Amino acid sequence: MSSVDIVDLHLSFGATKVLENLHLNVAEGEFLVLLGPSGCGKSTLLNCIAGLLDINDGQIFIGEHNVTWAEPKDRGIGMVFQSYALYPQMNVEKNLSFGLRVAGFSKAIIRQKVAEVAHILQIEDLLKRKPAALSGGQRQRVAIGRALVRDVGVFLFDEPLSNLDAKLRTDLRIELKRLHRKLGNTMIYVTHDQMEALTLADRIAVMKNGVIQQLDTPNGIYHRPKNRFVADFVGSPSMNLIQGTLFKQDEEWLFRMHSEATQDEQWVGISLTHYPFTAAPAVGQKVELGIRPEHVILTEKASNSVSSYLFLVDLVEPMGPDVVCWGSVAGEPFKVRVSADFVFKPDTTLMASFDLTRASIFDIETGGRI
Amino acid sequence: MRGVTPTTAIGPRGSKPKRILSTRNIVVYGVLTVAAVYWVIPLYVMIVTSLKGLPEIRMGNIFAPPLQITFEPWVKAWDSACTGLSCEGLKVGFWNSVKILIPSTFISIAIASVNGYALSFWKFKGSEVFFTLLLLGAFIPYQVIIYPLVILLRELGLFASLGGIVLIHTVFGMPILTLLFRNYFASVPMELFKAARVDGAGFWRIFLQILLPMSLPIFVVALILQITGIWNDFFFGVIYAGTLNFPMTVQLNNIVNTTQGVKEYNVNMAATLLTGLLPLVVYFISGKLFVRGIAAGAVKG
Amino acid sequence: MNTSKRPNLWLRNMSAKVAAVPMIATALIVFVGCSVWSVVYSFTSSRSLPKENFVGLKQYERLFSSNRWVESVENVFIFGICTLVFSLIVGFSLAVLLDQKIRFENTFRTIFLYPFALSFMVTGLVWQWMLNPQLGVASVVRNLGFENFEILLLSSREYSIYAIVIAGLWQGTGLVMVLMLAGLRGIDQDIWKASRVDGIPAWKTYLFIVVPMMRPVFVTTLVIIASGIVKVYDLVLAMTQGGPGISSEVPAKYVYDYMFGRANLGQGLAASTVMLSTVLIVLIPWSYMEFRDKQEKSV
Repeated sequence: MSSVDIVDLHLSFGATKVLENLHLNVAEGEFLVLLGPSGCGKSTLLNCIAGLLDINDGQIFIGEHNVTWAEPKDRGIGMVFQSYALYPQMNVEKNLSFGLRVAGFSKAIIRQKVAEVAHILQIEDLLKRKPAALSGGQRQRVAIGRALVRDVGVFLFDEPLSNLDAKLRTDLRIELKRLHRKLGNTMIYVTHDQMEALTLADRIAVMKNGVIQQLDTPNGIYHRPKNRFVADFVGSPSMNLIQGTLFKQDEEWLFRMHSEATQDEQWVGISLTHYPFTAAPAVGQKVELGIRPEHVILTEKASNSVSSYLFLVDLVEPMGPDVVCWGSVAGEPFKVRVSADFVFKPDTTLMASFDLTRASIFDIETGGRI
Repeated sequence: MRGVTPTTAIGPRGSKPKRILSTRNIVVYGVLTVAAVYWVIPLYVMIVTSLKGLPEIRMGNIFAPPLQITFEPWVKAWDSACTGLSCEGLKVGFWNSVKILIPSTFISIAIASVNGYALSFWKFKGSEVFFTLLLLGAFIPYQVIIYPLVILLRELGLFASLGGIVLIHTVFGMPILTLLFRNYFASVPMELFKAARVDGAGFWRIFLQILLPMSLPIFVVALILQITGIWNDFFFGVIYAGTLNFPMTVQLNNIVNTTQGVKEYNVNMAATLLTGLLPLVVYFISGKLFVRGIAAGAVKG
Repeated sequence: MNTSKRPNLWLRNMSAKVAAVPMIATALIVFVGCSVWSVVYSFTSSRSLPKENFVGLKQYERLFSSNRWVESVENVFIFGICTLVFSLIVGFSLAVLLDQKIRFENTFRTIFLYPFALSFMVTGLVWQWMLNPQLGVASVVRNLGFENFEILLLSSREYSIYAIVIAGLWQGTGLVMVLMLAGLRGIDQDIWKASRVDGIPAWKTYLFIVVPMMRPVFVTTLVIIASGIVKVYDLVLAMTQGGPGISSEVPAKYVYDYMFGRANLGQGLAASTVMLSTVLIVLIPWSYMEFRDKQEKSV
C-alpha cells in the first residue's frame, strides 16, 4: 500500500505542452478518478505515473520512493487497460503469471499467487483458456487479475470498462468497488464516463487541456463545481447556465438575466440572499447562473417567489425513474428533471423556481466560481 | 405506416427469380475465361514442349500434346546440359540457389523483423528519418549502387562469395521487409506492449515471448516474399555470387542463350520449368498469403 | 529504488538502437553513400578501375551522343508507356470482373497471378519460345491455312521491344489486378448500396465514383510499376539479349555492359546517374504528395 505524489510535472511532445506544472497527491488506499473529455491528458498522466512515458520535468513518488526515473516494473504498480491487452497466445494462467515469471519467482509461489487471485476474481474455471475464448467481461477480469497478482501498492486503470456493454459495465463497476474495499489498495482510475467517476471515486480530479480543474469528492464536484467547465462537463443532462448581470439593491445581491429587458419593468431579478458566495461579487459583474435540472421546482401557477421564471416546455423525455423536460426560459434553452409521476403536456407554460442554496454562479470572463 | 391491404396477394411473392444465363454473366465469365486461357497457355506450352522429342518439335505445332512422352529433356536439363564450358546441367545451379536462399532468407527476415519491431514500439530520435531513407532506397535503380557495392564487398573480402551474395540479398530485402513488419506491428495494440512493460519484460523478451508467437502469419508472408524473390534473382547473382556460386537463373540463361549448335528447345523448356518450379510450388501452396505478401505495404490508405 | 540513476540519454533505448544498426547502415552506407559515390565518379574518366581524374561532363556528352543509349532510352519509354497503359487497363478490368461476386474467383485470381511468381528469366525464355518465328505460335497459325502468317517480333529491328512488352505484361498484370482488387474491396460497401438505391448504373458508379476514390491505389500501383520498368534487365537479356542489333537495348543493360563488360566505368556510372535522376524526378513529387496527404489526414 502506498501513496502517490506528483510534484510539478511537465510533459511536452515536441512543441506541444501536454501537462504543465501538475501537482497531485493520492493518499494511501484512496480511489482517485481522473475524469475529463478525450485529449485532456488524463491517460497521458496515468502513463507518466506508470513510467510508460518519460516526463520532461518534475518528480513522481510512489510510497517513499522517488520513481521518476524508474522502469515501469520497478515502480510497484499494476495496470489494467481498456483493450484488456491480454497476451493472445498465452492462456489465462500464463497471462496472470507472466510478470511473476519475468521477475523470477519460484514455480510454487507463482502457482499459489495465481490460485489466490483466481479465487478472488472467480476465474478459476478459465485458467486453461486462451483470451480469444473469453467474453469481454471475463477478459477484463483476467486483466484485473494480472495487475492483482503482482502484489503491488498501486493499481492504475486506463478506461477499463469502456469496451464493455452497458450492463456489464455496471456489474463490473460494483465489483471493482467491492474489490477496492476488500484490498484497500491505492487506485488511480482514468475514465471519460462521469457515472463511473461519481460512483467509484473517493475523490475525482476533473481535467481539461492538461490541467486539473478541480480535485474534490464526487459530492463536491457535482454540487460545488469550481468553474464553468466542471459544471458543464459533469452531470447529465448538463447544468442549465443562464447569462446575466449582478447588481445590488438595498444591500441585497440580485441576478438579472440578459434577455430580461423585454420583461415587466417592475421585475428586478432573482434575489441571491441565500446563495453562498465563495468570492466577493461586484456590481455589474457579468456572470452565469448555473442550476442543475433536478434542482428546479416546477409549479403550474405563478408563485410569489421572486426566484422564478416562465418555462416553456416543448419536449418531454421519459427516462424511467424520472422525466426530463426540454424547453426554454426567456428564449434560452432550459431543461428540468422531475419525477416520473409529474404529469403534463408538451407546449405548456410552467413556473420554474430555483433552490439557490444549490445553485452555482460563475464569472463569465474567468469561468471561476464566485 | 399503414398496413398493406390483403388485396395485394396476387403480386410477386417470395425470393426473386435469378437467371443463370443473363447477358451480364455471359460477358463476365466469357471474358474471364478467354483471359485465363491466354494466361495459362505459356505454362502449357512449356510443359508439352519439355515432354516432346526434337523431331516432333520441328514438325511445328507447339500447342499439340506430345505424341510420345519423353523425359529425356528433363534428365538432360538437370544433369548434362552445357552452360558455356562445363556440361553438368542445372543441378549445380540448383544447389547454389539453395545455398544462397536459406541463409539469405533467414538472416534478412531476422534483421528486418527486429527493425520493424524497433520502429513500431521503440522509436528513438531519428528512427523515422532512417526508415524513410531506407524506403526511398527501395526505389533507387540498383544500377546506381552496384559498382560501389562491388568495391565494398571486395574490401570486406566477400566479393564473389556465398557470404557476399547473402549480404546483398539481406541489404536489398530490408526496405520492403522492414515496411512489412513495421506495418504489421503497428496494428498490434500499443496497450499490449505497455502491459508487457509493466510486467517487467524488456526489448528482447517482448519481441520473443509476446510478439513473435502472435505474428506467425506475417513471418510466413515474409518467407514467401523472400523465397520467391531470392530464387528468382538473376541480377545480383550474376554480379556478386561469383562463377562458382552462380544461382539457377544465371545457369539457365547460360544454357539457353549461349549454347552453340543445335537449339534443343525441349531441353530449354525443361530447364526453364525446373527453374520456375520452386516459386510455382510456393505460390500454389501459399495462395492467399502470397497475395497478402505482394499487396503488403502497397495498398495502404 | 531511491538510487535509480538518471538514465543516460544515449544509453536509453539501447537495445532498440543496437537492433536498428543494420537498418541505419543500409540506409546510410548503401543507399545514400553508394549513390553519392556513383554520382561523383560519373564525372571521371574511370575505365576498368575508379580513378579521380575528373573530366566534367565528358561522360554525359558521350552518353547522349551514343546511338545505343538513345535507342535504350527510346525503348524504355515505349516499354514503359505500353506496360503502364495496358497493365492498368487490363489489370483494372480484370479486377472489376472478379469483383462481381463470381464463382471460381480464387481460381481465376490464381491463374492471372501465377506468372508473377516466376522470374523474368523464366518469363523471357517462355515467350522467346512462344514467339519463335519458325516454330512458335506463328507456325500453328500457318498450319491452319494462313500460309503467309508471320510473327516477326523477335527478329525485327523495329518491333523487338514489343515482344518484351508482351512478356512483361503477361508477368506483371496479375500484380496490378491484385492491387486493384484490394482497392475495390477497400471501398465502403455502402457506396454501392447508395448508388443502387439512387439507380446509378454500375459502369457509371465505377467510372465516376469508385475510380476517383481509388486514386491512392492507382498512384501506388503506378509507382510500383514504374520502379519496375526502370529496372528492366533480366527480361531483355533472356528474350533478345538487346537484339537484333541494338533494337531492344535498355538503359539498365547499358549500365551493366559498360561497367562489367566493356570496362568503361565512367560511362556506366554516367548512365546510371541519369537513371537515378529520372527516378528522383518522379519520386520526389510523389513522396511530397503522399506526405502532404498524410498531413491533411492527421489534421
